[in-house]
Amino acid sequence: MTAVTGDVGAEEVPAAESLRVGGWRTVASKEIADHLLSGRFVVLMGVLGIATAAAVFAASGGIRDVAPNAQGITALFLKLFTVTADPVPFPLIVFVGFLAPLLGIMFGFDAVSGERSQGTLPRLLSQPIHRDEVILGKFVAGLTVVAIMLTSLVLFVSGIGILRLGVVPTPTEISRLAVWLVFAIIYVGFWQALATLSSVLAKRASTSAMIPIGVWLVLTLFGSFIFGAIASVLSPQDGTQTAEVAYLRTVQSVSQLSPVTLFQQGSSVLLDPEVRTVGLVTVEQVDRAIVTELNLTQSLAVVWPQIAILVALTSVMFALAYVAFMRDEVRA
Amino acid sequence: METTIRSKGLTKAYGEHTVVDRLDLDIEVGEVFGLLGPNGAGKTTTILMLLGLVEPTKGSIKVLGLDPRHYPLEVKRKVGYLPDAVGFYDSMTGRENLRFTARLNGLDDSEDEIDSLLDLVGLDEAGDQPSGEYSRGMKQRLGVADALVKGPSVLILDEPTTAIDPEGVVEMLNLIRRLAKDEGVTVLLASHLLHQVQAVCDRVAIFVKGKVVAQGTPHDLAKVEEGGQVRVEFRLGGDPAKGRADLESLGTVSDVAAGRVPGSWVAELDAGSLAPTVSGLVSKGADVIGVTRLDEDLETIYRRYFEIHEEAAV
Repeated sequence: MTAVTGDVGAEEVPAAESLRVGGWRTVASKEIADHLLSGRFVVLMGVLGIATAAAVFAASGGIRDVAPNAQGITALFLKLFTVTADPVPFPLIVFVGFLAPLLGIMFGFDAVSGERSQGTLPRLLSQPIHRDEVILGKFVAGLTVVAIMLTSLVLFVSGIGILRLGVVPTPTEISRLAVWLVFAIIYVGFWQALATLSSVLAKRASTSAMIPIGVWLVLTLFGSFIFGAIASVLSPQDGTQTAEVAYLRTVQSVSQLSPVTLFQQGSSVLLDPEVRTVGLVTVEQVDRAIVTELNLTQSLAVVWPQIAILVALTSVMFALAYVAFMRDEVRA
Repeated sequence: METTIRSKGLTKAYGEHTVVDRLDLDIEVGEVFGLLGPNGAGKTTTILMLLGLVEPTKGSIKVLGLDPRHYPLEVKRKVGYLPDAVGFYDSMTGRENLRFTARLNGLDDSEDEIDSLLDLVGLDEAGDQPSGEYSRGMKQRLGVADALVKGPSVLILDEPTTAIDPEGVVEMLNLIRRLAKDEGVTVLLASHLLHQVQAVCDRVAIFVKGKVVAQGTPHDLAKVEEGGQVRVEFRLGGDPAKGRADLESLGTVSDVAAGRVPGSWVAELDAGSLAPTVSGLVSKGADVIGVTRLDEDLETIYRRYFEIHEEAAV
């Protein structure tokens, strides 16, 4: 390299002048403004609001019906998020689990492919910012908007809950909700990172949306089938009870590689103090067990693996998107 | 003269395919330098290497004394770039797009600058419309403003006039000249449009299939190529056949061929014998409507190189 440089004269070392550090903030604030003013944000917010309202009304109705028998249930408020009641067929956490991937995909799929198709990428990259600031800024912006949406969703549910149930959340419940919220944002982050990766690799925005949507559908619809199939290879059943237990444990482990499973398990523990384990429980183990509630620290201890794996998966996915973008060459 | 952009042996290959082949450039401060070549000649790849956006396979580059591979940000801070087929964020107004670029350059308070730039490129009225509503020509003009927002000392323009109407082209070329003359901005203009390059550039490199086949001022290029002989187009009134006969009978011209319009003849002659030829024509009673020297026109050279290289490729 030195020899080559010599050909065109010695290099001057530039003065460290007016070069901006933190150009990612500029990118992020522009992206956040873009997202908040975009049609997709308005549509998502509307759909979310309506669906949430329906779910929370049903849940609060269900809770009111059983309220007379609900003596001694301390975490009544959190039931708003976990209880199923007619006519809405799923509790709120399942709804959020279902929606989170969509949110992530919506705010990630055109991160780079959109710049490409608009013809803004060469212009953006010719500005004095590092390439990683572009992708970091976009990722931070997407997650910020997601955080705003999910936080307002939780506040919305809480508001309706307080009105309909007349129950005010306890500090413990609030901290459980807060932890769950962070957990949910990380979960969305996984899908956003996947969508961003796809937007670097795919040349067009429509292709870029298909990849993460495909992954999401496969994991959601065929997840248990796939995990079962993998587990039956890893630990074949031979009809004995030991083999059966071993098989089920393998299913458990394998399925924990899926962010969908991780989020379901983590949510159920974080929002329900009565859930003591996400693992396999035999009849012997619960026989005569005393039903008590876990405090937040204990619940966290139960789902620590889920949280750790989900954070790891999200980080790895973002790292892949990052590397792909850094290696992506602008072509003439 | 101080050098702004310099490259030596600059090469870029994608696998077996060499896009830019051992390019040597020496562009001086305040110069308007034209990279003239057909589409796919490697002009854009060269530009991307100068900006540090594409890694050269071989060779060295200095932009403002810095290697863009080592100091990409410092180079990009001082180089304004108008990409080919420039795009903007459709939902943002022209002004907002410029503001975003200014912020990326660390310039927070640039409203006055943006106003005057919008004015300069004739978008003062459209500045507050979403750029998605702009025509291609307007986008290109906004692109020039965008490249100027950072107050660059080097301006790289990739096909800046392709979508602009003829009147706009003249304005654009005047603007480029003015920036070079008054502000001392060095301009690298890549284009396949010969006449524009010729009209505005101090020096030109003709670039075909990744190689520079000729380099110099439009005038020098013409001289070197023709070696004392000049090509002149004579437009003569009256009977075309008689005109041709008159011309040939003078004995000063050779290779007489039909020109672009009926009654016009292109011939080669010694540079010194142009005046005698014209007076000879007049004395023979020919109706001389016009005399144009063609050899300073790059078209001839461009065409020739084009043809040679097309043949070589086949």
